[in-house]
Amino acid sequence: MIRKVLDTVRLWFSPQRLRAEGVTPDYRFSLANERTFLAWLRTALALLAGGIAVDQFLTDLRWAVRTTIALVLLAGGALCAIRAVNHWVRSERAMRRGDDLPASRFPALLAIGTVLTALLVIGAVLLGRAGA
Amino acid sequence: MTRDPGAQPERTRLAWRRTTLSFALVVALAGRGVATAEGARGAGALLVATTALLWVAFLALAHHRIRTLTAHRQPPPAGATVPAATAVVAATALCAGALLAGPW
Repeated sequence: MIRKVLDTVRLWFSPQRLRAEGVTPDYRFSLANERTFLAWLRTALALLAGGIAVDQFLTDLRWAVRTTIALVLLAGGALCAIRAVNHWVRSERAMRRGDDLPASRFPALLAIGTVLTALLVIGAVLLGRAGA
Repeated sequence: MTRDPGAQPERTRLAWRRTTLSFALVVALAGRGVATAEGARGAGALLVATTALLWVAFLALAHHRIRTLTAHRQPPPAGATVPAATAVVAATALCAGALLAGPW
């Protein structure tokens, strides 16, 4: 398990090892994969912006609540960025080998995480309103 | 020279551009927090300056990639630019996390 993770991490940083595998796909597929990576990176940046915004604008909330929500968003952003590069490298390898593209649970998890965070913020704002 | 019917390099170039723009918004938002903070803010300003530098690094990466995309009719894969861009965004996440501990 740890070996597998280390292997994948090594692959992120060594594109030449990637190039040794299989055949180079049509360049358009690689560019599409690159754009998908960038879209995930923008998702990550949006989560970072959300985390910073919660900290700056929800100042009526108690410090602990506000910081927890902000930290969850920031951690989600970091996770999205890491997942972006991981998915990119796995897709690139699958295309070179002629395998199916990797299936992923991550979008579903992200959706659930987004819903839970939204509920948390709604709850915190409503409770704050009621307490005031 | 016939243009690629899918306009793939152009679309990828624009994707880099808008990602750089999104990143700039994050830096601006972080800067706003420090600019509006009351009292001492040395450490906060330092953290925001770091995120600004990270943004410049991202801009350089994007610029390099955009040049490659423009120069070749069939551009090579992004290679090391992708993990480097990820590292810059992850470092920005760390800076944002440190900013939470403020007001500095």
